[in-house]
Formats: sequence, structure tokens, C-alpha cells
Amino acid sequence: MGLFDEYLKPLAGFKVTFSQMFKKRVTTQYPEEKRPKPQRFHGRHVLNRYADGMEKCIGCELCAGVCPARCIYVRGADNDSDQPVSPGERFGFVYDINMLRCIFCGLCVEACPTEAITMTQLFEISVTNRADAIYDKDALLVGEDGTPNHPLGESPFIAIEELRAADGWMRATAPAGRAAYEGVVAWTPSAGVGLRPAEIGQSASAEEDV
Amino acid sequence: MDTFIEAAIKVVAVFALLLVNTLLLVWAERKIVADMQNRIGPNRAGPFGIFITLADGLKLFFKESITPRRAELGVYLAAPAMALLPALLIFLVVPIGRPFHIGDRLITMQATDLNVAVLFVLAISSIAVYAIVLAGWSSGSKYPLLAGVRATAQAISYETAMALAIVPVIVFASTQAGGDAGNGLMSLSRIVELQSGSFGGFVPAWFGIALIPSFVIFAIAGIAETNRAPFDLVEAEQELVGGFHTEYSAIRFALFFLAEYINMFNISAIAVMLFFGGWNGPTFDSVLPAFVSGLLPVAWFMLKTWVLLFGFIWIRATLPRLRYDQLMQFGWKRLIPASLAWLVLFVVVTGFKSFGAPWS
Repeated sequence: MGLFDEYLKPLAGFKVTFSQMFKKRVTTQYPEEKRPKPQRFHGRHVLNRYADGMEKCIGCELCAGVCPARCIYVRGADNDSDQPVSPGERFGFVYDINMLRCIFCGLCVEACPTEAITMTQLFEISVTNRADAIYDKDALLVGEDGTPNHPLGESPFIAIEELRAADGWMRATAPAGRAAYEGVVAWTPSAGVGLRPAEIGQSASAEEDV
Repeated sequence: MDTFIEAAIKVVAVFALLLVNTLLLVWAERKIVADMQNRIGPNRAGPFGIFITLADGLKLFFKESITPRRAELGVYLAAPAMALLPALLIFLVVPIGRPFHIGDRLITMQATDLNVAVLFVLAISSIAVYAIVLAGWSSGSKYPLLAGVRATAQAISYETAMALAIVPVIVFASTQAGGDAGNGLMSLSRIVELQSGSFGGFVPAWFGIALIPSFVIFAIAGIAETNRAPFDLVEAEQELVGGFHTEYSAIRFALFFLAEYINMFNISAIAVMLFFGGWNGPTFDSVLPAFVSGLLPVAWFMLKTWVLLFGFIWIRATLPRLRYDQLMQFGWKRLIPASLAWLVLFVVVTGFKSFGAPWS
């Protein structure tokens, strides 16, 4: 029987392929159904506003300085004291991000002292020419009511809602990412988003609270 | 004139059947292979992606046909047609259902009831390899040429085994017929008729049940004849780019593709004819209206053929491609000796049964 068994061995594979037919598929039908993204998903950036409509960006260029891909270009300008754009001396006058160079590391979000730039969960930012990949301030800044922009507008492939979801990076690191601040809301309210809920589940003790 | 109209209708019907069947077959293959690989497969065009082949075909139809500069133009253009024609021709001799009457006229459910149909099938399927060889050679490119050389060797090796596997079927048919050759023992319609009874009252009298070794050999050789996995060395992507159709694009490529899938269907249909009783099956004549019971044999035929086609696809999803020397070794050192041994054994046993042992 030894030789016979040897010849039948390759047939074992048929069982494998046949049993695969009845297994559950793990595929997600992408454009129609989207998987929930991780809380700290690094998607496209937005520039936030305070709840009263003031811009959070103060044009300090720390984001541009920390950016390892050198994809952020910021120019600050002095606020007109009668009609200030941001609560401070200066505001972000020019704010461009080249999405083709951006590596979505989130260091800009970490560096920002005023939580002006945050990342969202929107990753559908494909463009048909390179110039469109450079997002200027109009494209990045949320509206007065906190509605985020998208240069391509409504489309079945773009879920604008994802622009409202801030990533968890800011929450995890602010302030300073220390476990002592868990469950403490430590950031300013943003237009449209309001006061973001405090993040929990950073340390072992907090796991139990969830 | 009636004969002419009947023939014309049948030919058109066969053509339509083959094309529609191919549309479904390509879709079914993609879907089944996807299932077996834990994927979803085509699901965009139509319900369950059933129109994917149609969409692909339309796309190929409207694409540009690129002709390589070094191609041997006449042969290069003729090769796709040479691949498709034999594939279409083979099905002409296949009876897909029970003959029926319109008035006094007996209509057979096959385009022509050839009395040497089995030989015809073998001959035409041998011609099909010319298309591959000539396509490979005329492309003026090295990979197609290698594929063409491979195709020749493969076809010669496996056709032998295939023909040898069919001989016991004819011999067995002659014993079953008991001297009543009818329309000739090599006629597929006669072979199917001979399988209409049953062995011992409950097992259907399919030749495949009595001749399992023949069927196994025929199936293996059939897969090799149609250049399907695991014998698809002719179009081994990893080694030969696209094989013989590397330099073909658009509708010319589509013709090769069509031919391959029609050949798959043909081989399965022939196997059903020879080994699985063709269109035989319960028709419930007494219960069902005549129209339905008349069409049931066609359904049985399609069902059996598609079971074999599923086997084709299953094999493709499961087995890796053979190496070239393995292919040759398997063909010449295993398959042909095995089919010869089985043939001799079977003929000797049949001879003893029919004529008695020579020493007695």
C-alpha cells in the first residue's frame, strides 16, 4: 500500500480547496461598506477653529519645522487688532500641505501648541494631477460651523463624515500623554466638534473602567 | 430544403449554446476559484457579477489589436481563427438530448450524427494544436515560440493516451450492442443509446462505471489536451509570459480565450457521452407533459457536463503546475503504459468472455 498512498497524497489538497468554499469571507465591500477605523487612524489633516469661530492656528511654524517630509509650508502674519483671525498676535496667513510628500506621521499634530492641526479619518484623497494634491488653507480649514472641506466635494468614494472624526493621536499625547491625565478632558473645544471626549484605556488600570 | 433549414438552425443553435455557455463558464470559473481561495470574485457586473464575461468581451472587442513588427502576418492573423474553428466543430457531433418528432420528421438533438464521431473528435482536437504552434511561431517572439514547441510535444504525448483510453469504450460498446451496430459504434448518439439501460437493474449502465480506469486516463489526457492547469505549460506565466498568446491582444486574444473555454466544455461533453450516459436520465414521461420530459434529457446532459466542468475548475484551483520534464515523464512513462496495460487487460478479458478461452 505504501506506493499507492504515495500516489494519493497529492489528492489531499482537493479537500482543502473544497472546504474553503464554505468558509466565511472576510472581504469588505469597500466603497459601499467601510470598516470602522482605529481610533488613532492617521488620515487627512484639518485646521480647527475655536467654538467661537476663531482660528486656532497662530502661525508659529512649529509643524513645518518638525515635519520630516518638509511638506508643510506656513507663513504667519500679524493679526489686525480690530478684526483678529486668531486669539493672539499672529495667525496662519498661508498654510499649505503637500499631500504627495506627507507621510502621515502626525508629528505636526504633536508639535502644535494650540491643537490647530489635527488629523482625521479620511484617507480618500486621491487626485488626478499633482497640483491638486497641494492643500491650501481654504481646503484645510474647517468652516465657521466646524464643517470640514473637501476639495473634491461629495462623491460616493468620499465620506465627509470621516473628516469630523479627529484622530486619537492628539488625545493620547495631550497633555504629554501621561497616565495621570486619563479621563481628563484637556483640550479646548473646537467648532463643530465641541469638546472632544476624554480618551480612556491608556493604562492597565483604565482598561477595567471601559 | 427542409434538411438545409434544419441543419442551419442546428448550427446556429450549437454556436449560440457554446457562446452562452462560455460566458457562464468563465464567470463560474472565476467565482469558484475565488471561493476556493477564500475570495469573493467578480461581483460588480450584474447580480453576482454574472455579466463580467460579457463586459470583458466587450472591452476586448473594442481594444486595439497590436501586431508585432516581426510577426508572420498571414499565419499570425489566421491562428486565432484556427484555434476557434476546431473548438466549434467538435460540438457538432455531440447529441445533447433525446431525438423528437415534428410531424413525421425525426429531429436529432445534434447537428450531425456522424458514424465516426469519436474519430472525428480525436482528429479535430489534434488540429487544434496547430493553432497554438502557428500562433507561437508566427508571433516572431521567443516566449510564444517556446510555448508552441511545448504545445506540440504535450499534444502528441497526451493524445496517444486519450485515444488509447477511448478504445475500451468502443470495445465495451460493441459487447453491449450485441452485434447491433445501429448507426455505427463510434457514433456518439449510438454510444449514448447503449448506456440507457442499467447494470443489474439499479446502477445506470454508464460506461464510466464499468471502465473507471479509462475515464481517469481520459480525464487526465483531456485536461492536458485543453492546456488547463496543472498541464498549462503552454501558457505558463512565470516562465513564458503569456505563452503562445503573449503577442496577441484585443479580439484576437479573445478568440484564443474563447477557444480554450469551448474546448473545456467540449471535452467535458465528450466525457459525458462516453462515460456518463450522455443525456440519459429519468425523464418521468408518464407524469410530466411531453414538452418538459422532452427537455429533461438536455438538462441531464448539461448537469453532468457541468459537474465535470466543476471538476476541471476544482483541479485548477488545487494542483500546482507540473514542471516540463514531469509532464513528459508522466505522459510517456506513466499514462501511456497504464492505458496500454488497461487496454490489453480489458480486451483480453472481453475476448475470453465473448469467445471463451483459446485453450478450452
